[in-house]
Amino acid sequence: MSTVVLKDIRKSFGDVQVIKGVDLAIEDREFCVFVGPSGCGKSTLLRMIAGLEEITSGELKIDGEQVNDVPPAERGLAMVFQTYALYPHMTVADNMAFSLRLAGVSKEERYQKVRDAARVLQLEPLLERKPKELSGGQRQRVAIGRAIVREPRVFLFDEPLSNLDAALRVQMRIELARLHEHLNATMIYVTHDQVEAMTLADKIVVLQGGIVEQAGTPLELYHHPRNLFVAGFIGSPKMNFLNCTVSAVEAAGATVQLPGGASLTVPVHPGPLKAGDQVTLGVRPEHLRPSETGELQAEVMVVERLGGETFLYCQLAGVGMLVVQADGEVATQVHDRIAIKLNPVNCHLFTADGMAVERAIRHPLADLRRPVARKAG
Amino acid sequence: MATQTSTSSAATALPAKRVGRRSVNTWPLLSPSVILLFLWMIVPLAMTLWFSFQYYNLLSPEVAGFAGWDNYSYLLTDPALWTAMINTLYLVFWVLVITVGLGTLLAVLFDQEFYGRGVARLLAIAPFFVMPTVSALIWKNMLMHPVNGLFAFFSRSLGLPVIDFFTDFPLTSVIIIVAWQWLPFALLILLTAIQSLDHEQKEAARMDGAGPFSMFFFIILPHLARAISVVIMIETIFLLSVFAEIYVTTSGGPGLASTNLAFLIYLRALREYDVGGASAGGVIAVILANIVAIFLVRSIAKNIAD
Repeated sequence: MSTVVLKDIRKSFGDVQVIKGVDLAIEDREFCVFVGPSGCGKSTLLRMIAGLEEITSGELKIDGEQVNDVPPAERGLAMVFQTYALYPHMTVADNMAFSLRLAGVSKEERYQKVRDAARVLQLEPLLERKPKELSGGQRQRVAIGRAIVREPRVFLFDEPLSNLDAALRVQMRIELARLHEHLNATMIYVTHDQVEAMTLADKIVVLQGGIVEQAGTPLELYHHPRNLFVAGFIGSPKMNFLNCTVSAVEAAGATVQLPGGASLTVPVHPGPLKAGDQVTLGVRPEHLRPSETGELQAEVMVVERLGGETFLYCQLAGVGMLVVQADGEVATQVHDRIAIKLNPVNCHLFTADGMAVERAIRHPLADLRRPVARKAG
Repeated sequence: MATQTSTSSAATALPAKRVGRRSVNTWPLLSPSVILLFLWMIVPLAMTLWFSFQYYNLLSPEVAGFAGWDNYSYLLTDPALWTAMINTLYLVFWVLVITVGLGTLLAVLFDQEFYGRGVARLLAIAPFFVMPTVSALIWKNMLMHPVNGLFAFFSRSLGLPVIDFFTDFPLTSVIIIVAWQWLPFALLILLTAIQSLDHEQKEAARMDGAGPFSMFFFIILPHLARAISVVIMIETIFLLSVFAEIYVTTSGGPGLASTNLAFLIYLRALREYDVGGASAGGVIAVILANIVAIFLVRSIAKNIAD
């Protein structure tokens, strides 16, 4: 059992507050990903959990026990750093055994544990090498091995894949997912890459400006973003936003006036919305498609053909750009005029203060959780 | 050459050994500098060698001509040479121990954040900018002097006997002065090396449970190994030829207690006007320096190349 609970955690550097009150509960064996733009405080938050940064105020509990003032080594955590931070003068085996050596573990036991970890990570043939003789991916694995050997309560990862090239990053991502299943441990992972967040996480925590914008399963964030920031941050290319006016409100949804005159009834719980309100309509590129019966008329400005799919960047008169994900087979050319079809079920509404209007239908996968493996007992 | 004439597939299979890719003859362009540098080295060396085999004493010009190994045998059977050689090595060794040891500790200290760190660093590095003659004079007359010196003042005011440094501990005093001069050099090199230590590495060690001592011995010291090698190499080169400090303070005495090889050569050449003997001493100094260099530079260069 290893849970991490943050209660109103704050951090100030001098007069500047960088973490402005974070409440969060990370459950046992959960893979929790902190994601956000640069400078949002995600790394600082991780370093506070690790004990490398002092907590200005608030309470940090690991397994229900307050650890605010416990030094990093005694919190039972292990961290994998962005630059791997391997000790260059030690062999792979010594790197991995370093914490055990400091803890006074006998040599035999140390190397037994190192060999066990090396087997999991396929590092066995490299144990006698120095870090500089390894490739980036191998160094990454050694850094993970150094964490595994300590048998920590919680694993912390600080942007571990950002120094790898794209192909290796995808491979390591899959290895990390398998490792999480194998170790069955609680992990906290910081990244700015939303693909990593979506693919690895049981729970994503979106941070911005030192506060948690939303925490939830990847598909909850995708289908039910709490506000404009989360809606724009999750998903690639990002969600399209259109300014609209509410023309009618019923129990089944809110009808909005689209630019160009057409109207659309979005199935939401309207709450305090009333006719005449200014709202933002959000719709993802993958939920738009070119169609002769479409509500929006636009001119195609840029066509990006990726083979399997094609992105159309369309100029909507008086509104701006709209990204449409079309099938890879479409023959649309630049400067073609097309009509774009909106499916109201896939549309989001945001009030003038940026908060989402609750959608009427909860997505069936939004609360899907990874089945908990129980083989380790 | 055979690789060039063989088939292309065989040539690519072999490790690339590019022969004669640059057909321009670079020798005419390089030769002026190479010849100049060669002359610069070889003329003094040849003259030293020549004089070392000559009877050449300015006080007795009537004795001249080829001396054979006489200068050498005179020098090598002279107990003064062995004293000077031991003094030289003793001085180099202890100055290295003090500067590297203290320099490492000070570098760790100056790497910490504290109020007035910039000024403190400047002050710590300042001794390096003082001329050897001047610093030796200051140490001699203002610090170590048995009557006027600051140390004498302290011991007197505590009611302790006054130490006459240059009479009782001549070589130790010279070692202290030279170490004081070279400590800033070691500190400067080691401090920059410490500052290049990856921050995340230190944090990783902290997470692994390293306290201040484990951090120093397992992380900082191995990181400094290369910089320490550089310090030892450069200092050794300069310390083998320490002269001004000895000349100004003890003049090699009492007796030969603080005479090193450089000072012995000076004594032979300019006190006894024995050019031949001094040249032989110079040749021996070159040989000694090369023996040290072979042991030291080889092992250190290997360390640096890693």
